[in-house]
Amino acid sequence: AYRTDEGQPWVLPVVKKVEQMIANDNSLNHEYLPILGLPEFRANSSRIALGDDSPAIKENRVGGVQSLGGTGALRIGADFLRRWYNGNNNTATPVYVSTPTWENHNSVFMDAGFKDIRTYHYWDAAKRGLDLQGLLNDMEQAPEFSIFILHACAHNPTGTDPTPEQWKQIAAVMKRRCLFPFFDSAYQGFASGSLDKDAWAVRYFVSEGFELFCAQSFSKNFGLYNERVGNLTVVGKDADNVQRVLSQMEKIVRTTWSNPPSQGARIVATTLSSPQLFDEWYGNVKTMADRVLLMRSELRSRLEALGTPGTWNHITEQIGMFSFTGLNPKQVEYLIKEKHIYLMASGRINMCGLTTKNLDYVAKSIHEAVTKIQ
Amino acid sequence: SSWWSHVEMGPPDPILGVTEAYKRDTNSKKMNLGVGAYRDDNGKPYVLNCVRKAEAMIASKKMDKEYLPIAGLADFTRASAELALGENSEAFKSGRYVTVQGISGTGSLRIGANFLQRFFKASRDVYLPKPSWGNHTPIFRDAGLQLQAYRYYDPKTCSLDFSGAIDDISKIPEKSIILLHACAHNPTGVDPRQEQWKELAAVVKKRNLLVYFDMAYQGFASGDINRDAWAVRYFIEQGINIILSQSFAKNMGLYGERAGAFTVICSDTDEAKRVESQLKILIRPMYSNPPLNGARIASLILNTPDLRKEWLTEVKGMADRIISMRTQLVSNLKKEGSSHNWQHITDQIGMFCFTGLKPEQVERLIKEFSIYMTKDGRISVAGVTSGNVGYLAHAIHQVTK
Repeated sequence: AYRTDEGQPWVLPVVKKVEQMIANDNSLNHEYLPILGLPEFRANSSRIALGDDSPAIKENRVGGVQSLGGTGALRIGADFLRRWYNGNNNTATPVYVSTPTWENHNSVFMDAGFKDIRTYHYWDAAKRGLDLQGLLNDMEQAPEFSIFILHACAHNPTGTDPTPEQWKQIAAVMKRRCLFPFFDSAYQGFASGSLDKDAWAVRYFVSEGFELFCAQSFSKNFGLYNERVGNLTVVGKDADNVQRVLSQMEKIVRTTWSNPPSQGARIVATTLSSPQLFDEWYGNVKTMADRVLLMRSELRSRLEALGTPGTWNHITEQIGMFSFTGLNPKQVEYLIKEKHIYLMASGRINMCGLTTKNLDYVAKSIHEAVTKIQ
Repeated sequence: SSWWSHVEMGPPDPILGVTEAYKRDTNSKKMNLGVGAYRDDNGKPYVLNCVRKAEAMIASKKMDKEYLPIAGLADFTRASAELALGENSEAFKSGRYVTVQGISGTGSLRIGANFLQRFFKASRDVYLPKPSWGNHTPIFRDAGLQLQAYRYYDPKTCSLDFSGAIDDISKIPEKSIILLHACAHNPTGVDPRQEQWKELAAVVKKRNLLVYFDMAYQGFASGDINRDAWAVRYFIEQGINIILSQSFAKNMGLYGERAGAFTVICSDTDEAKRVESQLKILIRPMYSNPPLNGARIASLILNTPDLRKEWLTEVKGMADRIISMRTQLVSNLKKEGSSHNWQHITDQIGMFCFTGLKPEQVERLIKEFSIYMTKDGRISVAGVTSGNVGYLAHAIHQVTK
């Protein structure tokens, strides 16, 4: 979760404002939402992902399923794919997740019933970057119609994203091999500070004519973690296909949670549909993204100034909440035990945990760990 | 071509689909007696005062929006358990239970269903009363279980087929799962009397069945939360370690906030911890952790003495209004000159009434009178007001005379 420079959680000012508006609006009640969710929320969410001028939206071949966070959107999408993709109830369709990936991806697709979950190359530890060749090879070798979980931006946990040119290559292979793109978009806006930039890959795939799913989370970019606000955007060939897909999504939603929670969706819908509130929100998002970007550049410059062995440009080349530092498990253990700096054994740090007050300490500690322990 | 060419158009949801059809109707006299959402005597949704107060308190506290634990808001789950089990319950006091927050009733049922599928290897069969809430069947089926039924409703008398139920339940294979509606049976409104519950408990115990209680209307049925939870508490006292799904949609009017809970009564606290750990493993790949808003409102109400007192009064108010509408409907039918016996309308309890109307009659009510209900003749009494009860009685009389 995001933290301020004081190390505190941050409720976005625009969220506070909108919550107050909602609290003051006596015409609102707590009635059930429709099964697929609040219509204004669904439409605005998909619009955010695909762009105001999205041809797919203009052609009426986009649908949304309001879900409980990004996880809920992934799960509904996974349940749907297991029932309806590549035949009926074809649990043997391979599902590919990156190495590494958010660990819950595996569980979501397993619990949805898929029997064959595989990995695709992603993180190159040696060069601390994307193993594009490994990734493309895996796609070439993957059985036709395999499902690929792609991180739309700010890959979790490595922070390493393909460049636009690399995305183009990925898309080309996927098109040729008839592979299904399932995007996980948990950090739109939060990664670079630009909604458009962070959605580039998804929009590119749409422009290349793919049918795809995109699981969106508003936990981070709206700071609405505990309200469970998410949306599964469905892009299909035409309106008729999308209609039928949504009708079956309803069946799945009905036996999972019946209809989604109202509060968070209202906040997002109200914000996104008002030009003024939208601008305020964008400003809040940029505040968060900029702070993380600042911490990245400050950490990197300190490590380079200290002459810490190794290269540290990956700290600023990576993006989003997390950074794969490249520290090995022993070095991580040192940081935890000796310096009380908590990070994952994989060397993943949460950049949000850095503040102007602790930057020096963290940089020095990393320096110690790297020089003392091989 | 599309990946989805072969995807069929799903049929509209029978229950929620009624509201959608109602919304499209332009008749000014239209009535929505479909979905079970409470309406006040003006036919408007009712936001409870205690809910508004709780919301104001929450707004003033300026809390953060950090993720809840997977099992949900602890103050909420504990208060939910206490509400269901009773503060003097041995099971509650000893802590030999686990309660996790669920997405209202549906989500709680589904967590339980998934848990049974994964861990209850003795049986794949869930026995539902005939009839049951329409969504029970697909929930259990999607979780990977099989559905069976036991006799429950007697259409000839519009009341409980008690001997049929006992007869069927006595023959259920041991260790099967049986689902019971704790109170205010949906869709029939027909509940066993306490003496009958005692017999049911004895049979269920004898057959060694796993009991799954669905309690979506605690307080809403009789107006008394303890009375409505009597069956749940009695079974536990008889040594039956039940599992339970609770909803706060109706009794707190928190419908769209999705506040609910799933409880497993265990042998001891160690078992409860182990069960909890497995429930979390099930929940995480569904939606990670539950939504806060509804649970926080419910928790504040249950845990703040003044608010709790106010809530008990308001829930009784809702129950009383429904009971009064039942009475008025029957008297209006008499006034219309109906010769049928409508006693079941006042004998039944809770939000719903199984009118006994046949599908063709329901069809006519919808088409000719713009009165919307589900095909099984179930009406949501909460949608009846002193302003429209006359029209309803008139219409029913027209299609049944």
